[in-house]
Amino acid sequence: MTMILDVALGMAEVAAVKRSGADMAVVAEVRKVDRDQRQTVGLPFVEAPRMICREVNVYYGDKHAIKNVSIDVGKNEVLAMIGPSGCGKSTFLRCLNRMNDTVAGCRVTGDILLDDLNIYDRKVDVVPLRARVGMVFQKPNPFPKSIFDNVAYGPKIHGLAASRAELQDIVESSLQKAGLWDEVSDRLDQPGTGLSGGQQQRLCIARAIAVRPEVILMDEPCSALDPIATATVEDLITELKAQYTIVIVTHNMQQAARVSQRTAYFHLGDLVEVGSTDRIFTNPRHQLTEDYITGRFG
Amino acid sequence: MNEEKSGQMNELGDMGAMAWVNAGLTARYRRERRFKFFGLAAIAASLMFLVLLLGAIAIKGYTAFRQTQILLDIHFAPAVFDVHNLASANYAALVRDATLSLFPQAMDRQDRRAAIKLVSIGAAYQLQEMVTRKPELIGATKPIWVLAAGEVDMFVKGHISRDVTENERRISDKQATWIDQLAASGRLRQTFNATFFQAGDSRESELAGIRGAVMGSFFTLAVTLAFSFPIGVAAAVYLEEFAPKNRWADLIEVNINNLAAVPSIVFGLLGLAVFLNCMNLPRSASLVGGLVLTLMTLPTIIIASRASLRSVPSSIREAALGIGASQMQTVVHHVLPLSMPGMMTGAIIGMARALGETAPLLMIGMVAFIVDVPRGFSDPATVLPVQIYLWANNPERAFVERTAAAIMVLLLLLLAINASAVLLRNKFERRW
Repeated sequence: MTMILDVALGMAEVAAVKRSGADMAVVAEVRKVDRDQRQTVGLPFVEAPRMICREVNVYYGDKHAIKNVSIDVGKNEVLAMIGPSGCGKSTFLRCLNRMNDTVAGCRVTGDILLDDLNIYDRKVDVVPLRARVGMVFQKPNPFPKSIFDNVAYGPKIHGLAASRAELQDIVESSLQKAGLWDEVSDRLDQPGTGLSGGQQQRLCIARAIAVRPEVILMDEPCSALDPIATATVEDLITELKAQYTIVIVTHNMQQAARVSQRTAYFHLGDLVEVGSTDRIFTNPRHQLTEDYITGRFG
Repeated sequence: MNEEKSGQMNELGDMGAMAWVNAGLTARYRRERRFKFFGLAAIAASLMFLVLLLGAIAIKGYTAFRQTQILLDIHFAPAVFDVHNLASANYAALVRDATLSLFPQAMDRQDRRAAIKLVSIGAAYQLQEMVTRKPELIGATKPIWVLAAGEVDMFVKGHISRDVTENERRISDKQATWIDQLAASGRLRQTFNATFFQAGDSRESELAGIRGAVMGSFFTLAVTLAFSFPIGVAAAVYLEEFAPKNRWADLIEVNINNLAAVPSIVFGLLGLAVFLNCMNLPRSASLVGGLVLTLMTLPTIIIASRASLRSVPSSIREAALGIGASQMQTVVHHVLPLSMPGMMTGAIIGMARALGETAPLLMIGMVAFIVDVPRGFSDPATVLPVQIYLWANNPERAFVERTAAAIMVLLLLLLAINASAVLLRNKFERRW
């Protein structure tokens, strides 16, 4: 069975990590997995996961968008999801806080667990779930309200602040964590839409962390930003890792290499390969992964 | 690269590619100029029609804003008045005596009647009001400007020609002489026609005004707005934000679009059947008129509101949902405030349409001749366009100019309403 092969490869990788660097060559000699082979290779599972996804399938009407994906998201790690356009990485990301519920005709099967909570359980309320699993979108989308109100909105609706002073504290600390405080502290009453693109995206990150989520999902957060703003946001992601678990979808392989600890490669709805970022970019196991990171397509 | 290009040119023949392009160029530009000209001509034609329409109305109607008055020396003879009941005194007699005193030469019965007819019957009411307010007038003799009769007004304004034979005009030769006498002695003047804006409808042209119709329109539109805006917005929000997108939603959408195109008279019949016959609401009341216009305006408001909701980018909804706002919080906190200007614009345009609506109101009895200015939602009332319709049916010359004047007032109101919609849109419109 292919599953056995998968586990074998996983074991090999664990063994390789445990052994000294000199033995890495042994692993490297393992034959590349064929292009037609679509079982996940690498190490999709971790020891202390924050989120556990098992046999997740997503359908848009008749279209099978995500095929049998199983993966763990570890605590306080940055998991990057890469892959060519239309491979389903954003779709999968949006399953993790049930944002796909808003899409008509979208159906999700399988199990996704946040700690011990099966988030696709009938009884689960999406409102507290989305407070625990925050999201940052591709295009910066601040509310057309003041900077303060943008950040304060989440805590307000969830009742996280008992008083105005407390709310101000939350706003300040969130903006500080998002590295935006110094730039906007003197104009909190100005509209958030008046900021530059990079500032807007950091405002959206501040808005997401203001409700103290456990996991932050980022859907190509830098694709609408210039290189300097991108660098700022990437630094921010690295800093946030200490407190939050971050899953980031990106088109930019260098970005995945810079910010993430683990990388998952999606191809046409299949999760093809998962592994430590270093390993994926230096020594991909799957032929498709290698084709993609060497720029043969994508 | 260049070599390649020149090679291609040679293949095209001796003329070369640019020559081909240039040859076609003049024709291309000519076509473009012709196209532009047609567009301009279309605009010019529509502008011309508009100017023609407005011009005709203005020329016909502007004289209605002036009104002829006659100066009478009224002697408030104490014998006429009963101190305990001032209202019942014979004021018409006072007016008659004062009028006849101006024309001592009018001796026989016929002449006296002709002379009396120069003054409006409204003069008696004017005196009654004066005395009721100031009883110390009794016993005094005062020069008072009173309304001239409608025919006199028309004659002074030149709408009744002196050139036609006497039996074909409504002012006799004798009356014409008297009017000239009055004018010569400074007892004739034209002032601003305040009656037109203060009075309800009347059989006498000089006493007829649009106040009743304007108030009727106001009450009717108030009812329409109060019902159609909340219902329309609620329906639009549900359909756009909450309703599952399935066959039923499509069916409802088709029906709403269809309703927007239903002839308004049908809504009038529906109102007649439901509001008057089933629910026994008062006939001719602005309440019922407003309800009928609500039915008519609802599709417009729903369609405009849905378009406005749809124009709010989904990224805003995602942002709110993404930090854990419920569907209702997303709509109430973010989507609704952002789409409100568009919804209000739609409602205002719907109101403008309702203001100009006539046919459905005919069906529920708002076409009655109503003299009193309505003071509430259940009072019998008429509305501006129906008033215009009523006056346009009146053959009297004085009502022709009043019809035109009422149209001007209606157009001004519509202009104000539509301008406010444009202002609102410009002020709050948000580009994404």
